[in-house]
Amino acid sequence: MAKKEAKKLEYFTDWKYAPAPEATDHIRLQKQYELFINGKFVKPNSGKYFDTINPANEEKISSIAEANDKDVDLAVKSARTAYDKTWSKMPAKERAKYIFRIARLIQERARELSVIETMDGGKSIRESRDIDVPLAANHFFYYAGWADKLEYAFPNRKPQSLGVAGQVIPWNFPLLMAAWKIAPALATGNTVVLKPAETTSLTALKLAEIIQESGLPDGVVNIITGHGPVGASMVNHKDINKIAFTGSTNVGKWIQKAVAGTDKKLTLELGGKAANIIFEDAPINQAVEGIVNGIFFNQGHVCCAGSRLFVQESVAEEVIRKLKDRLETLIVGDPLDKNTDIGAINSKMQLNKINEYLKIGVNDGADMYQSSCSIPKKGFFVRPTLFLNTSQSHRISQEEIFGPVLAIQTFRTIEEVIEKANNIPYGLSAGVWTDKGSRIFNMTSKLRAGVVWANTYNKFDPTSPFGGYKESGFGREGGLHGLAPYLKF
Amino acid sequence: MERIEVLKTYKIFIGGQFPRTESGRYYPLKLKNNMTVNVSLSSRKDFRNAVVIARGAFSGWSARAAFNRGQILYRIAEMLEGRKEQFLEELKQLGYTAVNAKKEIELSIDRIVYYAGWCDKYQQLNSSVNPVASSHFNFSVPEPMGVVAIMADESSALLGLVSVIAPCIAGGNTCIVLASESKPTCSITFAEVIATSDVPAGVINILTGNRKELHAHFSSHMDVNVIITCNSEKDVNKTVGENASLNVKRVFVWNKNWNIESEQGPHYITDLQEIKTTWHPIENIGISGIKY
Repeated sequence: MAKKEAKKLEYFTDWKYAPAPEATDHIRLQKQYELFINGKFVKPNSGKYFDTINPANEEKISSIAEANDKDVDLAVKSARTAYDKTWSKMPAKERAKYIFRIARLIQERARELSVIETMDGGKSIRESRDIDVPLAANHFFYYAGWADKLEYAFPNRKPQSLGVAGQVIPWNFPLLMAAWKIAPALATGNTVVLKPAETTSLTALKLAEIIQESGLPDGVVNIITGHGPVGASMVNHKDINKIAFTGSTNVGKWIQKAVAGTDKKLTLELGGKAANIIFEDAPINQAVEGIVNGIFFNQGHVCCAGSRLFVQESVAEEVIRKLKDRLETLIVGDPLDKNTDIGAINSKMQLNKINEYLKIGVNDGADMYQSSCSIPKKGFFVRPTLFLNTSQSHRISQEEIFGPVLAIQTFRTIEEVIEKANNIPYGLSAGVWTDKGSRIFNMTSKLRAGVVWANTYNKFDPTSPFGGYKESGFGREGGLHGLAPYLKF
Repeated sequence: MERIEVLKTYKIFIGGQFPRTESGRYYPLKLKNNMTVNVSLSSRKDFRNAVVIARGAFSGWSARAAFNRGQILYRIAEMLEGRKEQFLEELKQLGYTAVNAKKEIELSIDRIVYYAGWCDKYQQLNSSVNPVASSHFNFSVPEPMGVVAIMADESSALLGLVSVIAPCIAGGNTCIVLASESKPTCSITFAEVIATSDVPAGVINILTGNRKELHAHFSSHMDVNVIITCNSEKDVNKTVGENASLNVKRVFVWNKNWNIESEQGPHYITDLQEIKTTWHPIENIGISGIKY
């Protein structure tokens, strides 16, 4: 008897998506951006500037100031003065109102920020408009309310601010990461020197404009731009009380080493290689959506991306077939187009790294499967990619790729999948898909990761603590638990 | 003729057993009664063996019911109370005055009882249900960090040890402790207490030896999750912090005076806890909501 052909998704029709580009004519951008120190935009002591480009078309958007040690020192001094003279003396309820103002101003300028985020970073406008920017505003709004309620969060402990916080953030969620860092630091009474990533400085500088507009006292937030050495200079600065870093595990380890033996308080939010686990009783169609959202959200430039898929053997064929079908429907291209699912890779450097991993995967013997979609000739793009027949020892199953690349393994028993999921130095996040409640709780309590999504994936909220186990870093951001890293007791 | 006293050989404590150091090394310790104890000078290999054992004990201990952990901690206090006289004598032999010895043992017992009571309570104080804006149920709970390496307070024979071990295991972690080099005997007698208190083998492991020799190994081991130093030298803390970065260990420098009665609290437990956040969708049917 002939095997019945499985039903396939029908997506080739006469109907094509018409281009739906987001307008950019209302965006106000300068040709050149300076450093934001002590409430003013000032020229860098280095006299140097670097280009920031749109990764979707490789065209220059603007010039960004490159800070040097002297600028870092000026920024720290201004933060220290603001802390001593103004911010630490201000009643907490007044401090709160400034932070509320910032939240409101972000909401008012949300569309502008979304478009700039997409132009500068390459993420799809749908994501920057619906996720990054609203979450950034909400984060400020959430923490604003905490400012005058800290004694309730830590009963019997007399929470006190630390002083000056130095914060270094990555390029994958530029504005959102700035919000995750600045909002809790201000709410707890600290002042801030923040360095955005060199490929995505623009929304942080737009935030500097907003901060200026909000009337926040000069020097409470300083934003300095530049490359790695600027961050290193901040980490080593003697008058910083707190370092908060989000980025790669390698740099995180370097920072931990650099602050060893000092009194600097440290939080690290580092890399990940999350297991996304599909059991045979899972709602398969939803799980396939969850897999797609897990690894292709933000082009896979997500530290908590579900980059290792574990499918129970009995449903592996069905899941992989449906996943391949779904892959074909993903639209890769112009990030400013509202129909785009997967935008541009953030930089040439990251594109090269991802392509290198594709080679490594093939050379290690895994089977590569890519969507047949076309990708733009200009700009940095990668087709959504699956690796089948991978094993635990493959580098693509062990190392963080930070791109739209999924390594797939199968499993038979619960013991096996728990062992495989946990047997990795990372521990940031994990996903579990099953219809059985008792199994969800068994799995979520045994997975050694800071965030576990059950029957969902890649959800974020200001009230929800986020952060890793093991080499994915320490400290939490978000929620009540996100206050503690900025306080002493 | 006067009866000849039977003297105890002080060994180390790994996996519920009392082996000698694999290195065969010792250091002499002169007691106040002029007797000399040959204390084990533990090696890197002893530490590495203990880490394997502590890792093996972690899944069982962390999965114990919190209530059960509380009972076991309380049992340690019971056993310690019963051996109070022995500890008093031992402390005196280490140079404690009678008054200080009494204070040391009594405060140690009380501190264990204090943490026994916390075993099933710190979770409620540090958990949260998070009111996320989307249709999800979202909650955060503390979970033990794993294997903890501890370099205990050099100035204290028992209290410095107890003040760190108790919050560590109350929260479901397992540990390897380096006892005070100059006051090591009580730590091994305390191990005898542990061995008779229903603490599963491997949950607490105690080594005696030299901090300057071992701190680099304690802090560079890739299967240790946390390192705690108590009242250590600055250069030790710097090396410990640098080595900890190899696998992003959590580092705690607890420069405390454990003799103060109030130097205890649930934050010593929760410092050694990760926070795990779990999400699950909430079905969105029955939109009309609750009316009554």
